[in-house]
Amino acid sequence: MMTPKGMQIRRLDIDAEEPHTLGPGRARTSRPALTVVPSQVVSEMSPESDKPTGHAKPRRSTWRTPSALPGFGPTMGFTLLYLGILVLLPLAALIIKASGGTWAQFWATATAPRALAAYQLSFGAALIAAVVNLVFGVLVAWVLVRYEFPFKRLVDGLVDLPFALPTAVAGIALATLYSPKGWIGQFLDQFGIKAAYTETGVTLALIFIGLPFVVRTVQPVLQDIDPELEEAAASLGAKPWQTFVRVIGPAIMPAALTGFALAFARAVGEYGSVIFIAGNIPMKSEIAPLLIIIKLEQYDYRGAAVIGVVMLAASFLLLLGINLIQRWARTRQGEI
Amino acid sequence: MTIEIRNIEKRFGKFAAVNDVSLKVERGELVALLGPSGSGKTTLLRVIAGLEFPDAGQVLFDGEDAGDRDVARRRVGFVFQHYALFRHMTVFENVAFGLRVMSRAKRPPENVIAEKVTSLLRLVQLEPMAARYPSQLSGGQRQRIALARALAIEPRVLLLDEPFGALDAKVRKELRRWLRGLHDEMGFTSLFVTHDQEEALELADRVVVMNQGKIEQIGTPQEVYDTPATPFVYEFLGNVNRVACTIVNGRVNLWGSDFAVEVAESGQREGFAYLRPHDIELGGEGARAHAQVRHVSSTGPIARVELAFDGLATPIEAELSRQRLEQLALRPGQQVPVLARSARIFAAGAGV
Repeated sequence: MMTPKGMQIRRLDIDAEEPHTLGPGRARTSRPALTVVPSQVVSEMSPESDKPTGHAKPRRSTWRTPSALPGFGPTMGFTLLYLGILVLLPLAALIIKASGGTWAQFWATATAPRALAAYQLSFGAALIAAVVNLVFGVLVAWVLVRYEFPFKRLVDGLVDLPFALPTAVAGIALATLYSPKGWIGQFLDQFGIKAAYTETGVTLALIFIGLPFVVRTVQPVLQDIDPELEEAAASLGAKPWQTFVRVIGPAIMPAALTGFALAFARAVGEYGSVIFIAGNIPMKSEIAPLLIIIKLEQYDYRGAAVIGVVMLAASFLLLLGINLIQRWARTRQGEI
Repeated sequence: MTIEIRNIEKRFGKFAAVNDVSLKVERGELVALLGPSGSGKTTLLRVIAGLEFPDAGQVLFDGEDAGDRDVARRRVGFVFQHYALFRHMTVFENVAFGLRVMSRAKRPPENVIAEKVTSLLRLVQLEPMAARYPSQLSGGQRQRIALARALAIEPRVLLLDEPFGALDAKVRKELRRWLRGLHDEMGFTSLFVTHDQEEALELADRVVVMNQGKIEQIGTPQEVYDTPATPFVYEFLGNVNRVACTIVNGRVNLWGSDFAVEVAESGQREGFAYLRPHDIELGGEGARAHAQVRHVSSTGPIARVELAFDGLATPIEAELSRQRLEQLALRPGQQVPVLARSARIFAAGAGV
């Protein structure tokens, strides 16, 4: 709908485009003779027929916003191709492979007791590891952002090590540390806690590889929080913990959730670092990715693909859920 | 509630942001801390709020030392330049924040909180916005919410840090008038920081002019504008012309008029005369000096004339009414009689 003001401007434009409506010698100054505009012209410009009469609107593709930056075609094309080859194609192949047999066969393989135990371990341990990483990742990010201490850059760099280390190396190191004879394992052993070759060991390995995600997603957000917010909370009488829970927490929650989701997704799929510390006892400490490898070694490609599809579906649903929570959080802050 | 600060000093490293400042704000007063950026005015406000702790000196509320109390226990309403609203909370929750974080013994029941928040929102004329988020409000509305939030804890003093700095000129003017009305109505003691002289002069009961961590002058808007204590205040408040002159036995002859220096010394020394543009009379009877008109600009009711004197490098600016300008019919290049109606003389070296 056009505002009355907009209409006024339109009418004056008509005047400018049709100089014959003005007397030849008249100066176009104060009131450019609104009265000489024929009445039908005015009615033409009424909101109902608000179509530009002169030149047609340039045609624009409906699924992109006009932008000054060029290159929509090539970049979008490349993105689709890239994602198609790298992500969609292998996943499609996986699903095709898995759907080789009947539905009953699929269901039987997917819900075999050994498979169920493996899912439970993989998702359960990944979830615990991601929760642990959520808490301690926020803590590490807090320390790195809020305090100055010697060798801060070094500590900051240490956070990324689990990314850089070959996962097998990490797995062997962890297994050595936590085995009953290892540096940490021997103390745990005294309390009757067995870390290596149990579910606990699996969780430990997953915590290790997931550490950087929460730290690296929360850190920049924490850095950007205006100190005035905390001062405002304090001036209103909030104690430090209240400020943290009510002001800082909600502000970093979306970023922390992103880190949580990344850490979780990584942990579900983790293989290298886990198999060395897991002990890999079927029904007890065997993770789903290992089950897939075992099926492959037995040339049961369809069976391996079925387990893969189940994990894919479960991961997708969980990530979708986290995304919805984030979306809800952002809407509440009015960012959308 | 009175605020008294005694010999406050605050350093950041080697830089003295506030240097031995003392000030007393009376009950119900609205005082402006005015100065250029880096003059220490915001630091002083933050020290009073308890957001910053002084290296030396005392802050007293109603004669009672507040030095060992942090901001959460001083019960000051602090309003930030950039509002500092909580983005993830609705307008209602923002205003309710101060009540919700009270200890269980003091926290009012939910219906009292709702009532109080609603009445505060009514006070800042934003009652219909209660369910919105800060990002859905305009700058002026956000600042009013920030004020309502600060008032919710029934502060003993209201401290405002450049409250209108981030707003556009029209909103700023409206909000200024509204704040003055609110202050008079509620009767609290308020202190606000600004670098805008017009804002300080229009809004405050008293103006504290600060420069380089020190107070240059304290006075009513009239006092600081009409009788600036230092050359800095002269230059900072309003337009002023500075003319080099020679002081002989405590007297100066400027364009044929005779002016006295306040603290007279015998002998001869260099000095500067400060004249407001409207203290220069053009085309009057009895003028003994002449200047050449360089430029005339006459938008609005006041016309400005740029004058060139022989032997003066910088032009002198004079102001006169539109009618007077039309009477005189000044044209660039013309010679015009000039008379200094009043001027203040400062000896060179006195902060000039």
